[in-house]
Amino acid sequence: MATTADHFQAHSEEHGHHDHEHKPAFFARWFMSTNHKDIGTMYLIFAIIAGIVGGAFSGMMRVELAHPGIQYLDTFARWFGAVNPDFNTTLHTWNVLITAHGLIMVFFMVMPAMIGGFGNWFVPLMIGAPDMAFPRMNNISFWMTVAGFFSLLCSAFVPGGTGNGAGTGWTVYAPLSTSGSPGPAVDFGIFALHLAGAGSIMGAINFITTILNMRAPGMTLHKMPLFVWSMLVTAFLLLLSLPVLAAAVTMLLTDRNFGTTFFDASGGGDPILYQHLFWFFGHPEVYIMILPGFGMISQIVSTFSKKPVFGYLGMAYAMVAIGVVGFIVWAHHMYATGLSVNTKMYFTAATMVIAVPTGIKIFSWVATMWGGSVEFKSPMVWALGFIFLFTVGGVTGVVLANGGVDDVMHDTYYVVAHFHYVLSLGAVTALFAGFYYWFPKMSGKMHSEFLAHVHFVIFFIGVNMIFFPMHFLGLQGMPRRYPDYAEAYEYWNHIATIGYMVMATSLVVWFINIIYAYAAGKKAEDNYWGEGATTLEWTLSSPPPFHQFETLPVIGETAHH
Amino acid sequence: MVASDSPTPRRRNRKTALTALSAALVMLGLGYASVPLYRMFCQATGYGGTTQRVDEAQAATVKDSGRTISIRFDANVERNMPWQFKPLQRTDTVSIGARDMALFWAKNTSGKTVTGTASFNVEPEQAARYFNKIQCFCFTEQTLKPGEEVRMPVLYYIDPAILDDPDNKDVQQITLSYTFHVTSTQDNSGGDAKTLDRTQAGG
Repeated sequence: MATTADHFQAHSEEHGHHDHEHKPAFFARWFMSTNHKDIGTMYLIFAIIAGIVGGAFSGMMRVELAHPGIQYLDTFARWFGAVNPDFNTTLHTWNVLITAHGLIMVFFMVMPAMIGGFGNWFVPLMIGAPDMAFPRMNNISFWMTVAGFFSLLCSAFVPGGTGNGAGTGWTVYAPLSTSGSPGPAVDFGIFALHLAGAGSIMGAINFITTILNMRAPGMTLHKMPLFVWSMLVTAFLLLLSLPVLAAAVTMLLTDRNFGTTFFDASGGGDPILYQHLFWFFGHPEVYIMILPGFGMISQIVSTFSKKPVFGYLGMAYAMVAIGVVGFIVWAHHMYATGLSVNTKMYFTAATMVIAVPTGIKIFSWVATMWGGSVEFKSPMVWALGFIFLFTVGGVTGVVLANGGVDDVMHDTYYVVAHFHYVLSLGAVTALFAGFYYWFPKMSGKMHSEFLAHVHFVIFFIGVNMIFFPMHFLGLQGMPRRYPDYAEAYEYWNHIATIGYMVMATSLVVWFINIIYAYAAGKKAEDNYWGEGATTLEWTLSSPPPFHQFETLPVIGETAHH
Repeated sequence: MVASDSPTPRRRNRKTALTALSAALVMLGLGYASVPLYRMFCQATGYGGTTQRVDEAQAATVKDSGRTISIRFDANVERNMPWQFKPLQRTDTVSIGARDMALFWAKNTSGKTVTGTASFNVEPEQAARYFNKIQCFCFTEQTLKPGEEVRMPVLYYIDPAILDDPDNKDVQQITLSYTFHVTSTQDNSGGDAKTLDRTQAGG
């Protein structure tokens, strides 16, 4: 990596002199926490819980889609409190499931895990800072995210128009979300977005301040580890895109409750404007979800190739380029809204430009491994899985970027396959890579490498079984967002549902591995991955002391990259 | 915390955070500013099928090009609005540059007074910036008493500049579409007509 810790030996001897391990009592430590590591841990636990809930929703959808016809939705509608649901209420439950799955996975699983979890834990450690710049704001960010999650869960049990719950899709398009969904469910959903959004904006301000102002002496921006670079770019994307979402959903709220007509044609508004605003946020959002993953993969590939990352500056500025260009491609989500040919041409070209910095990253990861002394420890195996799966998802993305092709593909399962390859298979695989890379550092216990490899193999087979057939279904014309389909689509849908069960099995292995680590895992050394791991967190004990870097580490001029 | 040791890093952190916060607030403001900006953008470019509005003086400067184009008229009412609304001519062949008048007819079929506003749209949308309205019933609200009928004119012309636009080379017919929405119902019951009836809509 960019920095070496050769000049920073004093710390581990030194922390014995002070009372670093003085921790507050349980309630004060976890509910009034100002410690970036504790808050990071809470974010990770929260993300796991939200991921189980969101994953359960996707399981409910997959079981319904295993065969044509409506089999289980009626039961699910009753779970959400419907008494003798009629057919429309039953179908509404489907919309609630897709909405909840999308919102939970985006806002309450991937973002808290990537940014709140790993970001909080390792940004201060990697830049040699004692904590985040604003520890109390860090705490309120977390609890607002939790409150948002509960607001979203509440929405499932109150009326949302045709039945209980918000059935608008995660995009909350008007007019379905305004005149189409009376009842408080969509309001609860909008509040969930407000809370999670405000929490994330505060988190972003915290990260920007920490990274810009609190780096250890000698750590210039161009010596920062790539994970920190990825968090810096992510924080700027959050800061500039989330307020636009906040404005858009607030306008939805006033359209719904206070008689404004921002998105209502009868009062001179335009529902298409909502789509523009949503995707002006929504497209940077997809990079918010994947950039921290890019950062983690860079650390991991470098560690297990025992080489600094190939083309460090190119890697850092590729992420900056992805972030910048990510703001001017939003309408490629709206090709089917009646854009003119010229507009489509621009958005097609601009979208394809993003493939260039992304290609630089893929190339540099491969070039880092080239000639390296590669070791296939579990994080590296997950990272290789990430590079492969993300490349597949990226290639289908270039296909969909074409305005003309998208006229055919829009709202088919091909799109579902595409964005799950980059998120469910890309971002989540990166999360697991980061998890196995840093879990012993965070917990002080070694996981089982064998179980971690088993977890990877089963997960890899499972997710590919779920999502690869969706390319075929999409090309054959199966539309998204329906609980039923023509019999011709049954074969691959059935395979996908079996794949879901395979993937779920792999999570059992993961949980067993965590239990194993705490029950019987070996104590983790300071730097358990050996010579390839060169960033500052490896100079600390595992787990790191409650307060670290009271004497700031100094990064030498000779740091190599 | 280093920040608490000396005031300088703390002040520096506060400054960075406030700069970041103001960037977020600017984006929030831009989110709202997008509403009028989007409207201006649509009016200037004809984006989304937005027609142009001109006054008599501007209209007087346009010359008849001698070439013709077909205009198709379409009329709709919002769901559950108790009006009948239709064009009195389905199509019209007009000379590009010459002004023409189209007539629409509406009737209030309910037992109460209803005020409506028409939204409008042109298809194909690249022709919208050349579709100029001098006078239109959609510029103002229309109020119809119970059972009342009305004939409403639209005075318009097609800008001859359309003949020089390569994007409009293959356009042989332009469709002008109106949809009437309820603005308010006068005898009580507020926005009743506007709220969608879910029991009907769901089926």
